[in-house]
Amino acid sequence: MEEETHTDAKIRAENGTGSSPRGPGCSLRHFACEQNLLSRPDGSASFLQGDTSVLAGVYGPAEVKVSKEIFNKATLEVILRPKIGLPGVAEKSRERLIRNTCEAVVLGTLHPRTSITVVLQVVSDAGSLLACCLNAACMALVDAGVPMRALFCGVACALDSDGTLVLDPTSKQEKEARAVLTFALDSVERKLLMSSTKGLYSDTEQCLAAAQAASQHVFRFYRESLQRRYSKS
Amino acid sequence: MKETPLSNCERRFLLRAIEEKKRLDGRQTYDYRNIRISFGTDYGCCIVELGKTRVLGQVSCELVSPKLNRATEGILFFNLELSQMAAPAFEPGRQSDLLVKLNRLMERCLRNSKCIDTESLCVVAGEKVWQIRVDLHLLNHDGNIIDAASIAAIVALCHFRRPDVSVQGDEVTLYTPEERDPVPLSIHHMPICVSFAFFQQGDPNPTYLLVDPNEREERVMDGLLVIAMNKHREICTIQSSGGIMLLKDQVLRCSKIAGVKVAEITELILKALENDQKVRKEGGKFGFAESIANQRITAFKMEKAPIDTSDVEEKAEEIIAEAEPPSEVVSTPVLWTPGTAQIGEGVENSWGDLEDSEKEDDEGGGDQAIILDGIKMDTGVEVSDIGSQDAPIILSDSEEEEMIILEPDKNPKKIRTQTTSAKQEKAPSKKPVKRRKKKRAAN
Repeated sequence: MEEETHTDAKIRAENGTGSSPRGPGCSLRHFACEQNLLSRPDGSASFLQGDTSVLAGVYGPAEVKVSKEIFNKATLEVILRPKIGLPGVAEKSRERLIRNTCEAVVLGTLHPRTSITVVLQVVSDAGSLLACCLNAACMALVDAGVPMRALFCGVACALDSDGTLVLDPTSKQEKEARAVLTFALDSVERKLLMSSTKGLYSDTEQCLAAAQAASQHVFRFYRESLQRRYSKS
Repeated sequence: MKETPLSNCERRFLLRAIEEKKRLDGRQTYDYRNIRISFGTDYGCCIVELGKTRVLGQVSCELVSPKLNRATEGILFFNLELSQMAAPAFEPGRQSDLLVKLNRLMERCLRNSKCIDTESLCVVAGEKVWQIRVDLHLLNHDGNIIDAASIAAIVALCHFRRPDVSVQGDEVTLYTPEERDPVPLSIHHMPICVSFAFFQQGDPNPTYLLVDPNEREERVMDGLLVIAMNKHREICTIQSSGGIMLLKDQVLRCSKIAGVKVAEITELILKALENDQKVRKEGGKFGFAESIANQRITAFKMEKAPIDTSDVEEKAEEIIAEAEPPSEVVSTPVLWTPGTAQIGEGVENSWGDLEDSEKEDDEGGGDQAIILDGIKMDTGVEVSDIGSQDAPIILSDSEEEEMIILEPDKNPKKIRTQTTSAKQEKAPSKKPVKRRKKKRAAN
């Protein structure tokens, strides 16, 4: 089925009948995910989008330091480590974005006075890093069995100087783009959980709609990979 | 998180098993666990799995000025990080002992053994040399970090390619990877660490040893001997820790075992490097995506998926239509005098007796208001000071009147309370201001 849609997209491109200036040629890169690959963390997942790869490990719900405990819900902590050098301000800000997304989804009230720690390690960065981190975090939380009200996914899109939208940009596309937008969407109603943008742009809603269309594929990927793992056949 | 303590029965079980020459995972005394090396798409990136212990290694380079006492040599920098995902006990403040020990061992093994030719890293003597930085991240801790880390470091160094540089007289040209193929580092030999765990069972003579201890065995061991050797049987580093006393022939025996193991591991490394180079040259797919096994049930792949974005515009209209209207727009600021501005009308204060330190609603129009005032404060301080001298009497009235309705001509007094300790009050003002914001929203 995927092959058919692929060839359809090609035909459309050749005929030049792009009904929107965005162009029908948007595509997500090759995805891969492996779960439960580390033995120590409670849940772990490695998510690959093209050449971008992020490894996530989740510990939780576990003991929390008294200074950090919250009386009625779990303390969620996100740690992002870059591959080269020490973590800096950019990592701190990404940690906060990912933490806010996770807090919106994780049912922390089921585990009060505990801590849920999500540790992310950048294995290789070739564009849409924040989106890949979000996806890896979600898969790792699922692998750890942390209760959540919905799954979430990250989709990045780049707008280049003539307004063409590119989904899941590579680092070259990100560098040449005029704006890069990353959205975190939830799986129940494709609502927006988090958005992080940089650059000059005016058509947020169109990028969001494109991201919602892309998120369908990402959620289908999640579903199929979990079905493969948990089905009895 | 605190490390779960090892129970006594587990400890006794392990020690008894070791006495009987049995290991929990079925290995023999001198057996290594399976080593798996996979490479990433960029040069110098590799993941080494020693059993379940996993280390990620990345090499990067930068042009810097050399050290003053070594003007013609490049700089090597090693950094081993114990990531928090490797073990729950690895928290940022807690791992210093182990971290320092491992980092020091890595440095001795790789830098002091001169396995990399630092002279070849010099570009312009005394001015520009290459700094090679090796970052190792421990991803999963199942024992024997040092072996896995040393293998990852040497593999990453062998795999790495630095940009080509040419010096012609005074001109130095640095070529990008697209212009000229990057150049590998010049590596003389490959030192690899081999760890031996020692167990003393009561009386010191029958000392049992195990090669490549896993995490449980490491917990119950009495001492550790690390020998770094290369395939030419040259010892690069030896370190014995833990307080066990070793006899000379024990150390010699260990070094012989290490020699055998290092030869095997070096062969494995060379084969992995060769395979990767072959795949890259033939244009096949390489990188971590390929190293994910297809057959595993926990792994899943999906090919490039085209997305149909042709109806994006209609969807965008829908989003705009369905979106909630934005919250009430705050009115534009009104500038009363330099140093005072008002945003919004303010509401009746229902807090009861207010003290001097309580702030007016004017400031709470929005966070922008505070910033605006702050900026204007710096310029308008002198003006406000003059104002304060004129209106001390009105001040005492204003405290009561503040409680009822805030009127615009009360503003000059407000400046005064601000100026007394302008900067200090900015901080406490934020709290009460925020509470009032909530009331306004409710209204």
